[in-house]
Amino acid sequence: MKPAENNSTIASFPVQNQAVPDSRGHFGPYGGRYVAETLMPALIELESAYMSLCVEPAFQAELNLLLKDYAGRPTPLFCARRLSANAGGALIYLKREDLAHTGAHKINNTLGQALLARWMGKTKVIAETGAGQHGVATATAAALFGMECKIFMGTEDIARQAPNVQRMKLLGAQVVPVDSGTGTLKDAMNEAMRYWVGSVRDTFYVIGSVAGPHPYPAMVRDFQRVIGDEAKAQIMEAEGRMPDMLVACVGGGSNAMGLFHPFIQERSEMVGVEAAGCGISTGKHAATLGAGSVGVLHGSKSYVLQDENGQIKEAHSISAGLDYPGVGPEHSWLKDTGRVRYESVLDEEALHAFHLLSSVEGIIPALESSHAVARALVEASRMPAEKIVIVNLSGRGDKDLGIVEKLKAR
Amino acid sequence: MSRIEETFGRLRSRGEKALVGFITAGDPDCTRSLEITRQMCRSGVDLLELGVPFSDPTADGPVIQRSSARAIGAGMNMKNVMEMVRRIRGFSSIPIVLFSYYNPILAYGTEKFYGDAVVAGADGTLVVDLPPEESDELTDVWGKDLDFIRLVAPTTPPERMARIASKASGFIYLVSMIGITGSSGLNSEQTAAVANDLKKNCNGLPVCIGFGISTPDDAAKVSQFADGVVVGSAFERLIESGLQDKDIAEKVGEFAARLKGEMKKEWVSG
Repeated sequence: MKPAENNSTIASFPVQNQAVPDSRGHFGPYGGRYVAETLMPALIELESAYMSLCVEPAFQAELNLLLKDYAGRPTPLFCARRLSANAGGALIYLKREDLAHTGAHKINNTLGQALLARWMGKTKVIAETGAGQHGVATATAAALFGMECKIFMGTEDIARQAPNVQRMKLLGAQVVPVDSGTGTLKDAMNEAMRYWVGSVRDTFYVIGSVAGPHPYPAMVRDFQRVIGDEAKAQIMEAEGRMPDMLVACVGGGSNAMGLFHPFIQERSEMVGVEAAGCGISTGKHAATLGAGSVGVLHGSKSYVLQDENGQIKEAHSISAGLDYPGVGPEHSWLKDTGRVRYESVLDEEALHAFHLLSSVEGIIPALESSHAVARALVEASRMPAEKIVIVNLSGRGDKDLGIVEKLKAR
Repeated sequence: MSRIEETFGRLRSRGEKALVGFITAGDPDCTRSLEITRQMCRSGVDLLELGVPFSDPTADGPVIQRSSARAIGAGMNMKNVMEMVRRIRGFSSIPIVLFSYYNPILAYGTEKFYGDAVVAGADGTLVVDLPPEESDELTDVWGKDLDFIRLVAPTTPPERMARIASKASGFIYLVSMIGITGSSGLNSEQTAAVANDLKKNCNGLPVCIGFGISTPDDAAKVSQFADGVVVGSAFERLIESGLQDKDIAEKVGEFAARLKGEMKKEWVSG
């Protein structure tokens, strides 16, 4: 077997030396495995397969090669001078995950999980999707590996993210519409879990965020940390020092965790940006960490948006990828420990950032990533010019043109 | 001896199997739901499972999803579930198991849930999404006055069955098939094989089998290799089909009687 190639900024997998989670998947009081017994043996099998494969040189080599030649990594770290001038403070760098294959960071994780599925001998994959980026990335990996693929997507999201639905179908995936609840990401995940309960023997569930039962939050983080590993090497090359701040949007929280994780031991400040929707006081938002409380949803304990009876509330965001009433358990832990500061951004602020970045840098960001850009503008404006901020530009905005046009017309 | 143990002991001495009836508490509304339980108690149901409605029931099929949504819409919450148990105690001493997802219990408060359930007169709890790996946080703060019913699935390996049983009391709930509640495709031979594995690993606890048991014939077949049979979605399907019926409770009662009747027949002839 060939050992992993060591290409400075590419070969970032796997992760060693993790303090969290513990052996049962707990990040402090969060995480764990809160699922029906039918799924427990599958999760235990998945955990043990992952633990042995993530240190297997042949697996690492295959994944690293795919990340390089297929996904197009490393993605650039771009110094956004005109955007920085607009903020009038710190220098803003953009980590260009929008330039990864399929247009978002999601491909890092789906290639990892699909490869894992293949090594485990599974030939069918399923996934939930909100904005459709994870669905597209899963369908892409499934096409590449010749696997049968079903994507569960809320009917509301199917309507507002039509281009991604077309892409998934072109890639050979079956898109299963979910009309329970509000027809958004939460409902898609419910339905994917139900389907998995019935198909667990031959089907691999590719979860798209650092959410769900153990080992998903840790595994997805590990597959996404390539973002932060690259950014670290790239900023050292460009500036010769660590950044002062990292900013990323948080729905379930995979792009943020991917950027943050390699910096946890550094002194860089970290800001996670949730969707404030129409405003937290209106109740129409997706600020789970900002306005939620501790509960159990989709297999793990974490902050959730819920009423006093423990019923999960509907989230709201202009961006389908952030429209989720839960959040990854490690984010809950990072909030409680104070290592990451969580802020929120209104729909309209995100829209403003969407237009601004498009017009001053020629980069059309996803509405999800626009939340991070919007907050970075505020943070940078309060910092002196010699400070450095890295924003995770987690995806590109082509998929959102329909929504933006519709809002303009109003 | 708990009321659940007593019930299984009594049935065993009579050569009968338990009919465990599940309904979502508060479906279609609090008043009719209570009337439904009254008819079930009168008509041969030996043990009552009251489902605490949850907004995101990921182990349940569409029938119980819809019943949960109706119950939440009708104002059912944990406080009202406790009140319902209290009222059932006004007319029946049937064992009552509270069947819930974890989040409504967590939101209510784990200790408060235990205390209120015991005072109201409940006998056991089953938390669908709380495997033994995570349940200490709940049972550590609980006393011994509520049986803790645990799930075993067809995917559960035998050594895990034994570990689950060692932490269970009351009875073991064996999921009949790989799937969510209300699924079709019950295969009684396969289920019987899993039940036999479980019986070797369950410390002598009664084994009740549920999921996908929808007809008197299914119930009779499954009762041959189980100590009890759980019927849920079939009752809820009936309730859903009679949302406008004044006599829906009677219809549910009649169905319960048919289930129990067929189970007794099977026992006598078998």
